[in-house]
Amino acid sequence: MPSLYSAAMRMTRNPADAEDLVQETYLKAYRAFGSYQEGTNLKAWLYRILTNTFINTYRAKKRRPEESDVEDVEDLYLYHRMGADSPGSIGRSAEDEALEKFTDDEVKLAIESLPEGFRIAVLLADVEGFSYKEIAEIMDVPIGTVMSRLHRGRRALQKALAEYGLSRGLVDAHPS
Amino acid sequence: MAADITHGSTDLGEGDDELADCEETVHRLYHFLDGELTEDRRRAIQAHLDNCGPCVDAIGFEAELRRVVADRCKDRVPPQLLDRIARAIRHEQARSI
Repeated sequence: MPSLYSAAMRMTRNPADAEDLVQETYLKAYRAFGSYQEGTNLKAWLYRILTNTFINTYRAKKRRPEESDVEDVEDLYLYHRMGADSPGSIGRSAEDEALEKFTDDEVKLAIESLPEGFRIAVLLADVEGFSYKEIAEIMDVPIGTVMSRLHRGRRALQKALAEYGLSRGLVDAHPS
Repeated sequence: MAADITHGSTDLGEGDDELADCEETVHRLYHFLDGELTEDRRRAIQAHLDNCGPCVDAIGFEAELRRVVADRCKDRVPPQLLDRIARAIRHEQARSI
């Protein structure tokens, strides 16, 4: 329940809609429980209902931003901007410690800034720990689509985090 | 140095048994962390990591970032929500009798 509510919060981006979405998900799950097959992944089944309900109910309201609006950035974008390659770097633990300085709100807002398809894929993989195959089933898309959404979504997340980091001096604007 | 590759991968490395270098390691970094590589590629990348400090640092950073992201994405469930759901389900049960 806590993780389902958090996922609903990231999807809808506001507590009132998140509550409605979770309630609707549980009601649908209750009604559909007869079609749930013993032995299949219950968590994935619930997230599939959550994701479908979100897409069908809330997508029309707030569809932005579009995936095509996202500027692609290079691999290791954030790592290179957190002093990793700079002279006098004192090694990995310094960058890892800097990551700890990102607040709950910064990380949540960074995820919520992603286009819907990227946001849901990143949420399911990086927060909920689902496999590519499970995400493909939850989102009802081919596995290749999951991989490309994850790839672009994770990089867009790094870009968004870098912007918060930059405004607080955690991130170097001009990496070496 | 851990590479500056700009292209992404949706290739999990089927039918490929060569050694991995920095470029491939960065290229397949997410698939490695996701546990989604073929066993051959996973082993090849692990062998590269055993000998490449910069790639270990980069992959360690990505793993740590993922841990931080998951850790920050927790929300307190509003106490009234459980009641609401319980009521909605009771209502549903009453209707179906």
